[in-house]
Amino acid sequence: MKMNGANALVQSLVDHGVEIIFGIPGGVMIPIYDALYDRKDIRNMLMRHEQGAAHAADGYARATGKVGVCFATSGPGATNLVTGLATAQMDSIPVLAVTGQCRTTAIGKDSFQEADITGITMPITKHNYLVKDAAQIPRIVAEALYIARTGRPGPVLIDVPMDMSLAEIEYEPVKDVKIRSYSPEREIDDSAIDAAAQLIADAERPVLYAGGGVIASGASDELLALSEKTHILVTTTLLGKGAIPETHPHSLGMLGMHGTAYANHAVHNCDLLIAVGARFDDRVTGKLAAFARKARVIHIDIDPAEIGKTVPADVAIIGDCKEILRRLVSKVQPRSETDWNKQIMKWRNEFPLVCPMDEERLLPQCVIAKIWEMTRGDVILVTDVGQHQMFTALHYKVTKPRRFLSSGGLGTMGYGLPAAIGAQVGCPNETVVAICGDGGFQMTVQELAPAVEHKLPIKICLMNNKYLGMVRQWQELFWNNRYSGVDISVQPDFVKLAEAYGAVGLRVTKMSEIEPAFGKALEVNDRPTIIDFVIHREENVFPMIPAGQSIEEMMVNRPK
Amino acid sequence: MRKPMQHTITVLVENKPGVLARVSGLFARRGFNIESLAVSITDDPTISRMTIVVTGDDSVLDQINKQTNKLIDVIKVIDYSEVPIVERELAMIKVAAEPARRAEIMQIVDIFQAKIIDISETTFTIEVTGSTEKVDAIERLLAPFGIREVVRTGKIAMARGATTAIDQVNSG
Repeated sequence: MKMNGANALVQSLVDHGVEIIFGIPGGVMIPIYDALYDRKDIRNMLMRHEQGAAHAADGYARATGKVGVCFATSGPGATNLVTGLATAQMDSIPVLAVTGQCRTTAIGKDSFQEADITGITMPITKHNYLVKDAAQIPRIVAEALYIARTGRPGPVLIDVPMDMSLAEIEYEPVKDVKIRSYSPEREIDDSAIDAAAQLIADAERPVLYAGGGVIASGASDELLALSEKTHILVTTTLLGKGAIPETHPHSLGMLGMHGTAYANHAVHNCDLLIAVGARFDDRVTGKLAAFARKARVIHIDIDPAEIGKTVPADVAIIGDCKEILRRLVSKVQPRSETDWNKQIMKWRNEFPLVCPMDEERLLPQCVIAKIWEMTRGDVILVTDVGQHQMFTALHYKVTKPRRFLSSGGLGTMGYGLPAAIGAQVGCPNETVVAICGDGGFQMTVQELAPAVEHKLPIKICLMNNKYLGMVRQWQELFWNNRYSGVDISVQPDFVKLAEAYGAVGLRVTKMSEIEPAFGKALEVNDRPTIIDFVIHREENVFPMIPAGQSIEEMMVNRPK
Repeated sequence: MRKPMQHTITVLVENKPGVLARVSGLFARRGFNIESLAVSITDDPTISRMTIVVTGDDSVLDQINKQTNKLIDVIKVIDYSEVPIVERELAMIKVAAEPARRAEIMQIVDIFQAKIIDISETTFTIEVTGSTEKVDAIERLLAPFGIREVVRTGKIAMARGATTAIDQVNSG
């Protein structure tokens, strides 16, 4: 069938099952937006800033497991995607970005709204394309989606010059993708699985450490099966939350800088660390020389480059976590509970996660704990970045994979609201709760408009301390209380702001108001609700292991 | 084996625009040191071949191999650390050559089996091919005469024997 490049692009997306695009048009995107105009099988959700579009695509991808797609125009539209793409790259999230570009004849001439977006995004995408032959558009779209979702997932960008959108081509759907230089499928080495099973049999103090790779590969059931068969307890990274139900007695919660004390003690003292789809990030390990130094390491990951990148592995198993765990479960000897399990239980009792009873002040961890009590993990929980994110990671027990969305690797403030939009669009029947700080929320607050426009009943819980709180916490603890550049007490009235956008605005100033307010928010089903939780300004996140240090320096409470 | 060492790797890549930028950008942002880099097309016009000399210990080299392999346009990374190879580098050296000292320079050229490929009233331009060490050596010996300009291609390398890099691609 004859059609222009723009229609070929849209048709290719539809052929590959894409139903929704988060984007904003611009001059060179008009042909592509025109191609969307009459279609019923794919729609554009008009965002208000391209960063929001990229995060929405990311949130959609994390919540559904499908590739999230975003569109932006050339130049500033494309450069505004950068933060969102870098976020997706760091967390291995499948996102496809399509950007407009000036005509091929104008490229390299500093033309209006020209930016070398393939050059700019090279380090923050898994791969990218500049279309130079419109006939290749169906193949490029097929390849881009394939690359984004296979192997270790990641963002892919296609830059489409205006003349490529306008060129007439003969459209042939592309079904099979074969890229000779890219083969994500690999044979799993069964001898490595045997070696791992042997290490597990020999270990006295094993711990499972699960990351986002478990979620990406859908390996939660297998992880739980391994844990239950061996009675090995599981700690997860931030991105691994939900890999095992955190209500399960085998869950130790999150490890690392703001991990639970018992998870960190378990990892510090273990003699075997089984890393599954995790990459030994510095927020997990702290000081490398002191990290799990008594432990042998089994490292399971789909990306060979992660093996030995920071922590050497005694046994490395490369491939899809789900299949590897399935084989490992059948190979390992069952183990029963040991003194090691009891020891971890002892740490759990010694260093419990507590919410201080405080009727005077509204404490963020208590708000989160209350929200957990009222929802019991039965929501998609999205966070922004900062103190509230760590409070949530500690106090909200996630019970299923793809039900906790957070920017981990890049730590992108402003992620929360647009990612929640993507999640709500992808999962219209789920309750989506976005926990944000007042700082991050204001970085992408404009996305309230599309949330209202599309009647998305997102519950936005603002942990409002009028500070860039995590930086303030560091300044308090390590910089002698010199609160430089963190006071954001000049801010809008968020209740009025919500109302101005056509959302519901509520304010909570004391503990007793949490339940009625959040209960009310749960009843709103046709628009977003913002609850402005006016929290104690100087509450800190504990436990905390200061950056680059070891568990010996862990603070479980505010130092006297 | 944590000592930084020079390694020669060959990278077969899709012969597409921008691939050099992908590889060199990766090296730059991950802090891998490139000593030299030579790129050209192969007997298969869809494949280009890069010979990269890098410095690093074993774990750095391991990361270089794996991270480079991850680039979608990279077909194969071949580490030549453990295999016997033939390697060559070509240099052109423009050296001051006063009439009185020309015989002396020509003797050095002769010993190194190099060639004088251009001559002026005051200079010779010498072409020399060989291992990096050989090129270093002639450069050192010519230095006292007054080197005006040097250009080197960077090392290229091939495994000894009958196997080819493309064979390794086909064998996975």
